[in-house]
Amino acid sequence: MKKEFKIIAKIIQDNNRVLDIGCGDGTLMDYLKKNQKNDVRGLEPKKDLVQKCISKGLSVIEGDAEKELIQFPEKSFDYVVLSQTLQAFLNPEEVLNQLLRIGKQTIVSIPNFGYWKIRLHLLFKGTMPITQNLPDEWYNTPNLHMCTIQDFVNFCNKKNIKINKSMCLTNEKISEITKRNMKYKNIFSQLGVFLIQ
Amino acid sequence: MNTDIKNIKKLIINQSLTLDCGKIIKDFPLAYETYGTLNKNKSNAVLTFHALTGDQFVTNINPITKREGWWTFAVGPGKAVDTNKYFVICANVLGGCMGSFGPKEVDPKTNKIFSTSFPVITIKDIVKAQKFLLDHLGIKKLLAVMGGSMGGMQVLQFVSLYPDMAYSAIPIACSASHSAQNIALNELGRQAIMADPNWKKENSTPDKGLAVARMAAHITYLSKQGLQEKFGRKLQDKGSLKFSFDADFQIESYLRYQGSTFVDRFDANSYLYITRAMDYFDLEKQYNGNLSLAFKNTKSKFCIISFSSDWLYPTSENKEIVIALNACGANVGFVEINSDKGHDSFLLNVPEFLKTLSEFIGSTYNEMNNEKRI
Repeated sequence: MKKEFKIIAKIIQDNNRVLDIGCGDGTLMDYLKKNQKNDVRGLEPKKDLVQKCISKGLSVIEGDAEKELIQFPEKSFDYVVLSQTLQAFLNPEEVLNQLLRIGKQTIVSIPNFGYWKIRLHLLFKGTMPITQNLPDEWYNTPNLHMCTIQDFVNFCNKKNIKINKSMCLTNEKISEITKRNMKYKNIFSQLGVFLIQ
Repeated sequence: MNTDIKNIKKLIINQSLTLDCGKIIKDFPLAYETYGTLNKNKSNAVLTFHALTGDQFVTNINPITKREGWWTFAVGPGKAVDTNKYFVICANVLGGCMGSFGPKEVDPKTNKIFSTSFPVITIKDIVKAQKFLLDHLGIKKLLAVMGGSMGGMQVLQFVSLYPDMAYSAIPIACSASHSAQNIALNELGRQAIMADPNWKKENSTPDKGLAVARMAAHITYLSKQGLQEKFGRKLQDKGSLKFSFDADFQIESYLRYQGSTFVDRFDANSYLYITRAMDYFDLEKQYNGNLSLAFKNTKSKFCIISFSSDWLYPTSENKEIVIALNACGANVGFVEINSDKGHDSFLLNVPEFLKTLSEFIGSTYNEMNNEKRI
């Protein structure tokens, strides 16, 4: 399992109700269910991935988060997880509002567009950055709203969203983001993971 | 044919059942069939509900019609619902014509065939009758309840009536309340039967009416694309149009054949009663307009499946069930399977569907048996 999921699983701990948005093939869900006895549900737009999840005995609904989240009652999950998909929504702000409504707490991870390799790519090559985390070309990328760790934190502050935890990931190394190291982490992290409410 | 039907498995239910219409029935037969073996701790039982024109003979050769069972693709040894592993039960619905209490039976009070004096039955009545069978078989907890179309409606009704009885529930290509379009289509079939001069005549059957009903219904089970691909404008004989009303086109001949073979195996009055039961089905109304309340106490794990080209019970209607289940925090998975075979997809060889069904039941079986060990 990838490091990012390990961070998320560590935050969630045992015996909680979890909704995984864009759960993919259910790797995280499966781990949370089997190893941490969580009661897990998933939402995934791709049919083949939904079928994979159902085959594993995971309760996953085929659907698009921008349309489907409305059906879940308020605070019906202890944690709602959104892993690296916020930037792909047409209206990420609305999706985020829904997540905060459904979950007592929400875990959001974002690929950091402020990462130094991305900055250098744009600066020196003058073309849209392509990295390991962001492998697509500008014309076929699903990512519509890229942001940096700093952008996301600014957004939360502006919207009065409480950040309970902020972690980052660089070359598989996990560390905490603090006010003091923010500028530094915004340059050297590939991924930000936030626990918000 | 009649001698055979007397030899099939039947349970005479000697408890009384109060029907939704208010009438009470007692000492009535429920014909059923089982496949596979019930394991020691009775944890491998799957109750299967049949659709409008199905019966208890899910798989193998139907001993009455001598044709393959209606769900041979999905159920049987080594199939998605593997009868080497699971104990599959299916009962002929109340109102049916394969040995269960229905309009074809003799009314003991008059010694005449019930015909249209049979009480109007509902999906709820149909499901309650099958609960007696489970009690008789000594099954307290089912591994799964499953069914497509009207079978799916029974799944929904079952879990709402008996929230503790099924570990998992698989409603396929169905709806929680019959739509206006579906009521209209059923009414078309009923009117065709009732317009036949042989309907209600003693010693005769409204074969033409029933055949037309079946032809119309059959179209609704297929998709436009599926029909076009299979038949297009192909002619029956290689020659040209005959400038008559004979079956010029292959699709006409196909439908006529479907109609004519159907009347050999189905009772016209059963068709009236069962379509009525479907039309009356409105689970939302049973729970004062809040479908979520139907599932409030359910402990079942749901897997809801719809098909992309099904316009009779479209994905949107299946999704309403998903939404209601999510609203009450139930455990639900949902997938729409891509298929151009229309509503009938659940009965046909649609590999993605069969794979999903097989793996869902398999994983559920493991979970249920692991829980028992703990």
